[in-house]
This record gives sequence, structure tokens and C-alpha cells, in this order.
Amino acid sequence: MDRIGVVGAGTMGTGVAQLFAEAGHEVVLVDVGDDVLERARDAIARSLWMTPLTRPSAPDLPVAEVMQRISFTADAGQLRHVRYVIENVTEDWETKRGLYGELDRICPPDVPFGVNTSAIPITRIASVTGRAPRVVGTHFMNPAPVKPTVEVIRGYHTSDQTIERTGALLEGAGKKYIVVADSPGFVTNRVLMLMVNEAIFLLHERVAASVTDVDRLFKECFGHAMGPLETADLIGLDTVLLSLEVLYDHLNDPKYRPCPLLRTMVYAGLHGRKTGQGFHTYETGSGIRMPVGRDRRRD
Amino acid sequence: MKPVRESECPLEGIAAVTESEKGQIREFIAEQVGGIRIDDDEDLFDGGHVNSLFAVQLVMWIERALDVPVERGDLDVDNFRTVDDIAAFVDRKREPAWTSD
Repeated sequence: MDRIGVVGAGTMGTGVAQLFAEAGHEVVLVDVGDDVLERARDAIARSLWMTPLTRPSAPDLPVAEVMQRISFTADAGQLRHVRYVIENVTEDWETKRGLYGELDRICPPDVPFGVNTSAIPITRIASVTGRAPRVVGTHFMNPAPVKPTVEVIRGYHTSDQTIERTGALLEGAGKKYIVVADSPGFVTNRVLMLMVNEAIFLLHERVAASVTDVDRLFKECFGHAMGPLETADLIGLDTVLLSLEVLYDHLNDPKYRPCPLLRTMVYAGLHGRKTGQGFHTYETGSGIRMPVGRDRRRD
Repeated sequence: MKPVRESECPLEGIAAVTESEKGQIREFIAEQVGGIRIDDDEDLFDGGHVNSLFAVQLVMWIERALDVPVERGDLDVDNFRTVDDIAAFVDRKREPAWTSD
């Protein structure tokens, strides 16, 4: 088993760290703040604890055993010993640009960088590293441990060996993958963000009477598992807005202009499932008695 | 719809699910499935109304709103398939743990 570096301990990073720890890898999860890392630790422990209910067919792994495979650290230097890095930081070019320069200095040159971005072109990210053939898009879906397939993006310089190595890593963790060429938003988010944004416009313009009506139309008419506004809440409205801005900036196409209602909600802190409030309301687990700490020791 | 009787409570002072709480369960489920009517014995999982994300929400809600601790051994879909199942689960969790010998 390899040692995997996971950078960014938000919603996606915690899911990716959990996925690879469950698959038996040692995981180094890096983020800038202890508070973020502590929340990530709790989120992963809770998610593992819930596995019998959320994934009844998955093996019932002892929570503590899986947790012990993950080291939570604010020291990016810990990545010098990993064999593969998956980056999941905020969908912001300046943040990513600075980070990739640092990763490039820390990690041995043969280590591939899997970019778990929503929309930023992989080729652009590769351009700020000295290892463009080993930079590849690994677009995981949320929740990463649950969703069966990963969108793998081949940047302009991405090598066949990197694609093969990435595919083997994903398959070893029980994932299927589909390779696409590089483009802002790739295939999934170039379509999905547009659909989500239009759904928000339809609510904003009162074409649909309610959030529920929008979601029900897609679930009941099309058989979608989730409506577009539920999907937006799951992704995080802040990430949806950033992704639309990336698409708008890169494609210069006004069809990607973010709905004003989306902006207002993001500015108001209504970021969806992760904050407890978006288009829908969610339990966040704060203050509940979920025996995460107890199980961490006992299991 | 099978009524839940408070008289089924095994010991005085140990509260079974009240009609009011069962109403809360119905209300929570209705919110989660988009406001459509769900019968108390309708299977939420087989009916395609909910997914794994709902299950997480439900367990957190039961702990917070009904003040019932959920253990890892309780995480069986059969405990949460229907409104009736959830009410019965909460009842069982509130029963005192004791033996008769």
C-alpha cells in the first residue's frame, strides 16, 4: 500500500482521505489550521461510524483502525514521503497556484499530483509545476467514499503512465473511472453547474413556486436521484459560485453568469449541507451525542 | 395507521413515543422527501424516496430532536425503513435495560 497525501481537509478532502484509508493506504491529510483538521477528524470518524447504514454492503471496518491510518497535520513538509498527492483546496486560482509551487518543492519529482478541482483546467495547474506529465485531474464526486466513479482529466502534457497509475490507484480503492480531455469544468461540471445555475434562476424569477418544486420536477419527472438545488447544497453553494466564475472567466460565455440569488446566499453564509442551511435545512451534527470519540477508542 | 399508545410504556416515567413525537417524525420525513405524503408503513428506502445522505440526517435528527442516543449496533436500515419502524426503534431505545432474573 502507498502513502497518499491529501491536501485540503474540507468536504472533498475528508471524503478522499477516508476513501484511501479504508482501502488500506496510509494517508497524510494536510490543511492550514488545527480547527479545520479537528473538524475533519470528527467528520471522517462520524462517516466511518455511519457506514453500516449508509453503505450496508461495505465491509464493516473498525473505526479506530481506519482512523489510525490517517495523520492530520498542518505541516505540508509531511508530504515529502508520500507516493501520490490528491489536492482538494478551495476552487480559487491564486490559492492553487501558490500551493502547487509549494507541493512541487516538497514532493519527490516522480510523485503524481491528482487535482480534485471542480472546473480549473488541469493544464493551467500543471503549468506552475515542474512535472506537467505527472499532473492529472481526479474529479471525485461527493461523498467520495460512496460515489462509484471518478472523472479523470488528461491535461495537455499528462502522460499515459500517469493515467495508468491513477487508474490503478482508483481501482484499488474500488472506484471506476472515465478519462476525458481537459476543458474548464471538464464534462461533468460544464453541464452540471449550468443546470444548477439555471435552476436557481428559475427559483429567483419565481417560475418555480418553491425549492421543493424545482427538485421534485427533476426527481419525479426525470428520475434523478437528487434535484438540482439539493445537488447545489451537497456541492456547497460557495463551490458552485466559484466554479461558475471559473467557467465564465475561461469560456467568456455569458451563459455561465452566476444567478444573483446564488451570490446573495453565499455572501449570507448559506453554503448548503456543510453549514446546515442552503436551499434546504440540514442537521449538522453539532452538539449531538454521536459517540464518535468513544468509538474512536473502542472499535 | 397504527396508533402509538403511551400506555405501552413499560415503566412509569419512561416515555414511549408520543403522538406528538410521531407527528414530528412524519414532519421531518416529509421535509426530507420534498413534501410528498408518506404513509406510516411506507418503505422510504425501497420507495426510492431517500438515500444514504438522508440516513445520516435522520440519525442526527433522532439524537437531537428526540433525545435518543443511537449506537453503532443500531445502524440497521430495518430500524429506519418506515415512520412506524422509527417510532418502534425510539420506543425500544427508551426501554430500560434490565433482566428479569
